[in-house]
Amino acid sequence: MSDEHKVLLTIPMYPDMELAAAKTGSVLAELKDFNEEAVEEIQLAIIETCINASEHSQSEDKEVHIQFLVTDDQLQVKITDRGVGITADTLDGTRLLGSPGIHPDLRKRGRGLQIIKALMDEVMIESSPNGTTVSFIKKKTAE
Amino acid sequence: MLNKFDIQIREAQEHAVIETTGYLNDALGEQLSEKAQELIQGGCVQLVINLEKTTLINSIGISILIEIIESLEEREGTLNFCGLSPTQERTFRMMAIAKYAGIFPDEESAVANL
Repeated sequence: MSDEHKVLLTIPMYPDMELAAAKTGSVLAELKDFNEEAVEEIQLAIIETCINASEHSQSEDKEVHIQFLVTDDQLQVKITDRGVGITADTLDGTRLLGSPGIHPDLRKRGRGLQIIKALMDEVMIESSPNGTTVSFIKKKTAE
Repeated sequence: MLNKFDIQIREAQEHAVIETTGYLNDALGEQLSEKAQELIQGGCVQLVINLEKTTLINSIGISILIEIIESLEEREGTLNFCGLSPTQERTFRMMAIAKYAGIFPDEESAVANL
């Protein structure tokens, strides 16, 4: 078996379809012996990115395209939609804040990207009026 | 359906434990919120949410947990969580949930600290 595996997946923007993408990511990470915590973090990052695409992209094809590239050392995931692109206030979550709750630090919405950045080693976002690609890398750590 | 979920409630005299099974997204979150609000409206304001059988929680599920925290705060209640994975606990701390709700390793300690 070669050291590198590439998997392409397209999911429709239906409820819970992000689980199919998360499952694919977890299978690839487990294949390369990522630890249990890293596998869960990868799944969560995939889920949050797919949900962001479904909620904000306004894409006409209503599809999310995912490329997984796993090596012995890392898993790279690129998640692309063909929507209208995202703005800076969507990126930092401020567009989604809504009315303040009892505690300002308990923000109910707009935290997906913060979660992804906290859990992954590298995150890159490319956006244009033709769509958005969120790429992230999780590196395998020694046990 | 990819996500099979379930909610179990164990009510005691002074508190209740809500145990969720499955992926905590908007669908399970709404059911959880409904059950929690029923308990709170009925006067039970000491709650434990056991997430041991909840493998994944997305940000929408977390937002629903925050709403439950806020409802309990309005009634001077308490919410403790238990059964979180290390990633879930890290996420809860990152999102400030741990400032307003307790996090315990198991149901017994979560109930004891209500």
